[in-house]
Amino acid sequence: MTTRTFLVHGLLAGLLAGVAAFVVAYTVGEPQVDRAIALESAGATADHHHEDEAAASGSVSHSHSHDDAAISRTTQSTLGLATGTLAIGVVLGGLTGLLAAVGLGRLGSLRPAASTGLVALLGAVSFSVVPFLKYPATPPAVGSGETIDSRTALWFGFVTVSVLGVLAAVAVARWAARRWSGVPGTIAGAAAYVVVVTVAALAFPKVDELGGFPASILWDFRISSLLTLLAMWAVIGAALTALVDRSWRRQAAVEAQRAYAAAL
Amino acid sequence: MAHAISSPASAGSLSPSDLAIPLRELAPWLVLGALFAMSVLVLISSVQGAITIPEGTAIHEWVHDGRHLLGFPCH
Repeated sequence: MTTRTFLVHGLLAGLLAGVAAFVVAYTVGEPQVDRAIALESAGATADHHHEDEAAASGSVSHSHSHDDAAISRTTQSTLGLATGTLAIGVVLGGLTGLLAAVGLGRLGSLRPAASTGLVALLGAVSFSVVPFLKYPATPPAVGSGETIDSRTALWFGFVTVSVLGVLAAVAVARWAARRWSGVPGTIAGAAAYVVVVTVAALAFPKVDELGGFPASILWDFRISSLLTLLAMWAVIGAALTALVDRSWRRQAAVEAQRAYAAAL
Repeated sequence: MAHAISSPASAGSLSPSDLAIPLRELAPWLVLGALFAMSVLVLISSVQGAITIPEGTAIHEWVHDGRHLLGFPCH
């Protein structure tokens, strides 16, 4: 199995994951987005003034209403949403595939399918789940246009710490596994990651711009957003693992035949 | 005779570490892969939002729902 094998498998898994994420986002998430936008249009969130801000500052403006939007809500919730989920799915799948190639034969005595599955799991936890716990997704109508810069910087900063943290944790786990054995190694790695992200989560500032946004819609939106991310990673992990395992079995069969022929 | 000794072994008895792809071989793929992934991530998550390049709102509007539902900061 070569790097190419893993990249092709990763891109394919990512494409499937993008489709899965779109299906979940469209069916579970879009109703919540619509409810949030309806609230915003009704002016129910008192501390949120997209149009005013934009007009005053000349900064990026956008409108969620049906009338004056350049792109209709229908397009946003179908083609637009699919663009986002497919693009993110393919790059995350491809990158996960490449990282699974790095992990091949380097994660203790794990076989290719198991090391690939572990890489995908670590990707899901470090890139999506843990950052979601610190900076959860926000529906339309939450979040001021004035703080988008700092919120984005904080989000990317936290994701960077989390991903670098998991890479460091894997290094710790490998070192500890060589020093002692697999189980203490795994525990040491997990502990290292938990320490890094906990310290980072305490150090990074809190973002709270919810105002009077209804808690029930917020909860439903966040659950649907988390489900979208989990669907994406579940399909990346499952499809990539299955494809890698298939390639590995083929290669093993060929090598077994060669070994048998050589032994004759 | 090393070959004769090792040859009857089935591939299943290969140690997983024998499969490891050399880092020298992996490095260029990783560099390009990481840079490309970052570019797409920024395009989908932040262009015409936190990053006000290029001018306008068309990209922002187009990927708007994806930004919210995939958990990127948006407004």
